Amino acid sequence: MSAPLDDAVDDAVDDAVDDAVDDAVDEALVRGLVPGVIGVLVRRGADFAAAEDAVQDALLEALRTWPADPPRDPRGWLVTVAWRRFLDATRADAARRRREDRVDEEPEPGPVPAADDTLQLYFLCAHPSLTPSSAVALTLRAVGGLTTRQIARAYLVPEATMAQRISRAKRTVAGVRLDRPGDVGTVLRVLYLVFNEGYSGDVDLVAEAIRLTRQLAAAVDDPEVAGLLALMLLHSARRAARTAPDGRLVPLAEQDRSRWDTAAITEGVAVLQAALARDRLGEYQAQAAIAALHADARSAEETDWVQVVEWYDELLRLTGSPVVRLNRAVAVGEADGPRAGLAELAGLDPTLPRYTAAAAHLHERDNDLATAARLYAQAAREATDTAERDHLVRQAARLNTLFRA
Amino acid sequence: MAKYLLLKHYRGAPAAVNDVPMDRWTPEEVDAHIRYMTDFADRLRGTGEFVAEAALAPDGLWIRSDGEGRPPVTDGPFAETKDLIAGWMIIDVDGRERAIELAGELSAAPGKGGEPIHEWLEVRPLYGEPPLVTE
Repeated sequence: MSAPLDDAVDDAVDDAVDDAVDDAVDEALVRGLVPGVIGVLVRRGADFAAAEDAVQDALLEALRTWPADPPRDPRGWLVTVAWRRFLDATRADAARRRREDRVDEEPEPGPVPAADDTLQLYFLCAHPSLTPSSAVALTLRAVGGLTTRQIARAYLVPEATMAQRISRAKRTVAGVRLDRPGDVGTVLRVLYLVFNEGYSGDVDLVAEAIRLTRQLAAAVDDPEVAGLLALMLLHSARRAARTAPDGRLVPLAEQDRSRWDTAAITEGVAVLQAALARDRLGEYQAQAAIAALHADARSAEETDWVQVVEWYDELLRLTGSPVVRLNRAVAVGEADGPRAGLAELAGLDPTLPRYTAAAAHLHERDNDLATAARLYAQAAREATDTAERDHLVRQAARLNTLFRA
Repeated sequence: MAKYLLLKHYRGAPAAVNDVPMDRWTPEEVDAHIRYMTDFADRLRGTGEFVAEAALAPDGLWIRSDGEGRPPVTDGPFAETKDLIAGWMIIDVDGRERAIELAGELSAAPGKGGEPIHEWLEVRPLYGEPPLVTE
């Protein structure tokens, strides 16, 4: 078959899968099974890359056939089909005989409890040897159980590009053994990226990040994991209110707070409080605490800005990040007045992202409207997304219209 | 994870170091140049950083609306347009440093005498999606 024809067939299959997914299968349930099934194959002696490929094949078949013919034991079905795919792939390719030999030579890894399998996969997919974009892609496929096509669409790249990114990532971690605990911090950074930097494709990456963080929180006892989960819940609770029907960005102060998701806020606050009670503060808990203070205020005016500034102090102590310093300056502007905020800003690097926008906002609050208008226009030129650019252009236009009147 | 547009100009960029028009190269030098460009794109496909590319014909028109119910006004092509884009490639990379590194490699495509052209490429970030967490 020629390559374009292969692609056409793949597309047809993928379309069928997409339709099937729309139809009947509880996709989140199927995806939740994926890391455990990879773990079973690895414990049976498959290497991670081959196991992951086999499970992806089984997943595609599940999404295709389950709507018409649902299995009684979905996990057992996936294990059986994936193992068969693994054996087929291993036998089919003569060049892979070396791997079979290696599997025979290597001692069988000892029995590992199933809950740890998932955790080990998180560590592997966020391994420090991977670039952030590779770690994100591999995590979404092996831990999240997304198809390559879904991941490609979510990040607006061709499917072939995403497939290459994933197979390179798998080669990069090929030598990593799945039997040692990794660094939870690297996993959290990857999940945070999934949450914060996705596009809006047919997969809701925000919901996916929350699902994966929730699953991680169940597998590992770490207040920072809970902190990140709380942070995600509290920020996603405002999602519906942060965009107007015409797509424009609505700043926090102007959001219709009745549109915030109170169930997500309640859960986020509870998760955060339990984490804070452990008395092992970290950056995600501190960030979540700030989000919780915003969630707690019935209006922007009622926000406890003094406490917000105190949490920024903690966050700054934990991270030393200039971006935190900038956000803290804005909070100081609310707590102690715009002059105080501008004084904080004066010590910062003006090339920081959103520095100019923050300066414009503080100058406007200080009633220096000409400076604010000029800075809003400059900030619009520095924006890195169109929603923010358009928002800042509108701010500049609003002030400039005032001058003309 | 950011997308960048690499722009190659027929005209309008500062002069390249090895600045000899392509029609004064040997056919082998032309082949080598084209092979370098193809290999570069293939390599980015392999690293999972390639998004799209296109080469543009130099003949173009200027078009503007002339009001409702009237056909658009056309003008050109202008043989002397100062800024003329020859082609573009969109890449999806981990950050600005990587975009600069790749543009640098693309600029070193061989030209006259098999020597790198060292031409100037324009690198422009694409707008991304607004992040959820900004405070």
